[in-house]
Amino acid sequence: MLMSVGSLAVMGLTLGSVLGVASRYLAVEADPIEAELQAMLPGSQCGQCGYVGCAQAAAALAKGEAAVTLCPPGGKATAEALAARLGVKVDLSKVSDKGPEIAEVTEEICIGCCRCMKVCPTDAIVGAAKQIHNVIREACTGCSSCVEVCPTEALGMMPIAVTLQHWTWPKPASAHH
Amino acid sequence: MGFLDHFLKAPSWGVHPADHKRPAADAPLRIFPSPARVFMPLHQHVGGVARPIVLVGQKVRKGELIAEAQGNISAPIHAPLSGTIAAVGEVTAPHPSGLPFKAITIDSDGRNLWADVEPLADPFSVAPEEIARRSAQAGVVGLGGATFPSAVKFALGKRLKVETLIVNGGECEPYLSSDDRIMRDFADQVVDGARLVMHAIGAKDALVGIEDNKPEAIAAMRVAAAPYPEVKICPVPARYPMGSDKQLIQTLTGKEVPSDARAAEVGVLVHNVSTCAAVHKAIRLGQPLVERIVTLNGGAIAAPGNIYAPLGTMIGELLAFVGMKEAPSRLILGGPMMGTPLLHDRIPIVKGASGILAFNAAEAFVPEAGPCIRCGNCSKACPMGLLPLEMAARIRIGDLEGAAAFALSDCISCGCCAYVCPSHIPLVQYFSHAKGELTAAERSRLRTDATKRLAEAKAARIERENREKAEAAARRKAEREAAKAAAAQPGSAASAAVEKTEGASA
Amino acid sequence: MSHAYGMPVAAPHTTTTNSPGRIMLLVMMALAPATLYGFWLYGWPAFYLWLITIMAAMFGEAFCLRWQNRQAWAVLLDGSAVLTGWLLAVSLPPWAPWWIGVFGGLFATMLGKQAFGGLGQNLFNPAMVARVALLISFPVQMTAWMGPVPIFSPGAPGSFEGLLIILRGMPSGLDGLTSATLLGYAKTELSRGVDLFQSTPHMPVLSFFGNRPGSLGETAAWLILAGGAAMMALRIITWHIPLSMLAGITIPAAIMHAIDPGRYLDIGPHLLSGGAMLGAFFIATDYVTSPNAPRGQLIFGFGCGLLTYIIRTWAGYPEGVAFAVLLMNSMTPILDTYFKPRIYGRDSRGRPLQTAN
Repeated sequence: MLMSVGSLAVMGLTLGSVLGVASRYLAVEADPIEAELQAMLPGSQCGQCGYVGCAQAAAALAKGEAAVTLCPPGGKATAEALAARLGVKVDLSKVSDKGPEIAEVTEEICIGCCRCMKVCPTDAIVGAAKQIHNVIREACTGCSSCVEVCPTEALGMMPIAVTLQHWTWPKPASAHH
Repeated sequence: MGFLDHFLKAPSWGVHPADHKRPAADAPLRIFPSPARVFMPLHQHVGGVARPIVLVGQKVRKGELIAEAQGNISAPIHAPLSGTIAAVGEVTAPHPSGLPFKAITIDSDGRNLWADVEPLADPFSVAPEEIARRSAQAGVVGLGGATFPSAVKFALGKRLKVETLIVNGGECEPYLSSDDRIMRDFADQVVDGARLVMHAIGAKDALVGIEDNKPEAIAAMRVAAAPYPEVKICPVPARYPMGSDKQLIQTLTGKEVPSDARAAEVGVLVHNVSTCAAVHKAIRLGQPLVERIVTLNGGAIAAPGNIYAPLGTMIGELLAFVGMKEAPSRLILGGPMMGTPLLHDRIPIVKGASGILAFNAAEAFVPEAGPCIRCGNCSKACPMGLLPLEMAARIRIGDLEGAAAFALSDCISCGCCAYVCPSHIPLVQYFSHAKGELTAAERSRLRTDATKRLAEAKAARIERENREKAEAAARRKAEREAAKAAAAQPGSAASAAVEKTEGASA
Repeated sequence: MSHAYGMPVAAPHTTTTNSPGRIMLLVMMALAPATLYGFWLYGWPAFYLWLITIMAAMFGEAFCLRWQNRQAWAVLLDGSAVLTGWLLAVSLPPWAPWWIGVFGGLFATMLGKQAFGGLGQNLFNPAMVARVALLISFPVQMTAWMGPVPIFSPGAPGSFEGLLIILRGMPSGLDGLTSATLLGYAKTELSRGVDLFQSTPHMPVLSFFGNRPGSLGETAAWLILAGGAAMMALRIITWHIPLSMLAGITIPAAIMHAIDPGRYLDIGPHLLSGGAMLGAFFIATDYVTSPNAPRGQLIFGFGCGLLTYIIRTWAGYPEGVAFAVLLMNSMTPILDTYFKPRIYGRDSRGRPLQTAN
């Protein structure tokens, strides 16, 4: 009885210390996934996530400080990609995915101050001083940085309307889970 | 092993639904009286939307160009009757979403006057390219439902040296008989159109595949094709989806189209019988595609049959013309296997509209979906050899990539799987949903990439601007310092003079 | 005339009249002749056991559904619980006590099926899961085989007597009627060192028409064969699994018997004794737990047959169909993954075909 208890205890101790030593000396550097995560983010440095830029947001994601749903312009698709890479499960149905939006200039109010042009991360706003500005739809990422700097509220976010080309069948509402 | 192969590889694809083609197919073709107003959509084909070239109030004649093709793959739109342009606006699209699309509204003047046409007297003496050019100008698109601009296909067939033209008279969809009717009533036009297409693509022979449930059409086509040995009439077994390009090619030639290739790459090109007739009209009569035969069928219709109607006619008017026994429980554009459900009847017919089905309550009944019992009927029925049950199981849990790994992209949405499913699982909707979501994901990935490029371009621009500013500042500073240094060094008259002037100005 | 139709319904707009309920009903009809023959052969107790087992299976299913707050009736009507109970019942010793049927029926639908998520979700054949659980838990009751006592023959229990037998257990006077199956007898004798040349004359008779001791519904090979043929004609099952399973038993049996007839039974006993026929046509062909593609089905069936033969010949149990089917059930996902049908326009490995030009 004592013999078996003793031998088991000795075995446990030995193996435990081997594991402890191994974890200390054979430690693997954490996988540098920051760069990978940064590649998944839009890279427009819009700052909507609360971090200075996409690199900082990626760092926070890698450390697990930020939620994968942090990127509004990226929307559901980016959140899914991040969750898959980080191996976390996330309930995306609760992500308030308003659908893609783009900025639009209300031409009557625009005073041509050029502020929005300067903050646009993708140079999607064209115009010149004292001229009405306009948004290039294809280049706008919907980061809404311009909306905040506009002194006259001429800029607003407009949802992109669903078109015949973009409409998709909904998933069948199955009675069976 | 050959013995075993016979059992394992027997062509057992497809389904055999009750065809419901008669009595509608046997009813004589009726001409729809000219409607008071038509709504001619600008996007009735695959490819770029046509651009309107008429103004409101302008008078047009039947067959006159009202919107021109835009881009390499596109088709022009012509006025389906003579009258006045009332509006360039929007109309509900024949699409399950019920979303609108652009259309030109024309008020009829009741005279139905054709515009001046220039028929080609001897089309076989002109260059094949001329046939393609005239077909493109006439707005001819694939009338079997795909609505791909025909001239683009002619060019492709010519470039890839297609040997065999396959004329698709399969019409495997239940209820529909517009192709049947065109073969019975206008067999000469179909055969002539097929010969014109052969000339356009340089094909040596044409195989006309007609399902053997249309004996009248086969007989009529045999008579029409008798003088032309290169046009062969080939009855094929009636089995859905025989009218699908890939299955018809396999049945008639034994060739299989590789999953990443087009039919032309295996030396065949498929054109529908109605398309051939449209080519005939475009070349021989100079008439653009502005009318077509539409099947009106279904339990809610009093006198089902085929109607020859101008494009852009409202579906509601066509239904009123054939009379309704009851309010339809479901309205479908196309056949019951692949057709588009319509949300209402204020929708115009388009070039690809082969039929309008108005189902009564019994026909429209959809049993509730149950759990998959893995019976495998779907994979036995699938003409593409896919595993619908495995794909649907993955899509159900949101694993779209998993479904894509089962070659979801090869699915032709024929509906065989959902038709045979004993549990009535809406498999096609699962696949359409997944295909749409995967396309959207791909689009958003491309968009993110584009954003990244733009952001990098902006960063580079700002950096360049800053560098240039700094360089300019440095240059100015250097100049100033050089000037200062020169001033501090007496003995140079020039610099002294500069200093003097500076001093004076200061 | 304008009329709105609400949410669009995706194509196809027409569908088959087939349903899971119809499929299950047809399978039951195919199984009915062999079962009725079993009732005749083993009398009233067999009928009561069959009834009890099916009731228990249905109760188990209904209980689980109510537990999930789902409508029990609608699901019970699809007939899958009845069929599960039926398949279990026909594989039981015909005079087994009532609690064998109750335990087995509940086990089959509750742990064999509903625990996995219900119809279509289970990895293992529920009836065979229950049969194996019973065999391991109650080996004595599960191997008490009745000799044939045709229902109206002298000495056969009447309808009330039969009920008592099932409820109270076998009266001591009737004990003499139980006997071993051929497979069991051969195995016992072989383990005692008596080879087949000496034991064959004393063996229980072998009958294509089913007049032998055995499970309730698996003795009449000809009726099972007829049922299987009917299912194939109705395209409910294909030939792949049944034929390959019978081949999987026949081929090794023929080879081994040719090598050493003293140690290895001939093909006849292997096919006609035990549950080979029932297994091949009704058990292994279960949609949910067998592969979908023809090649996978051939491998699955052959594996079932081969494992049956191996278990019967070299393992501790005289009969191995249930174990073999369960083992191959676990292979089904792998077979489904590696043996997919060839896709149109692609080669067998899923790559696009090469064009000539």
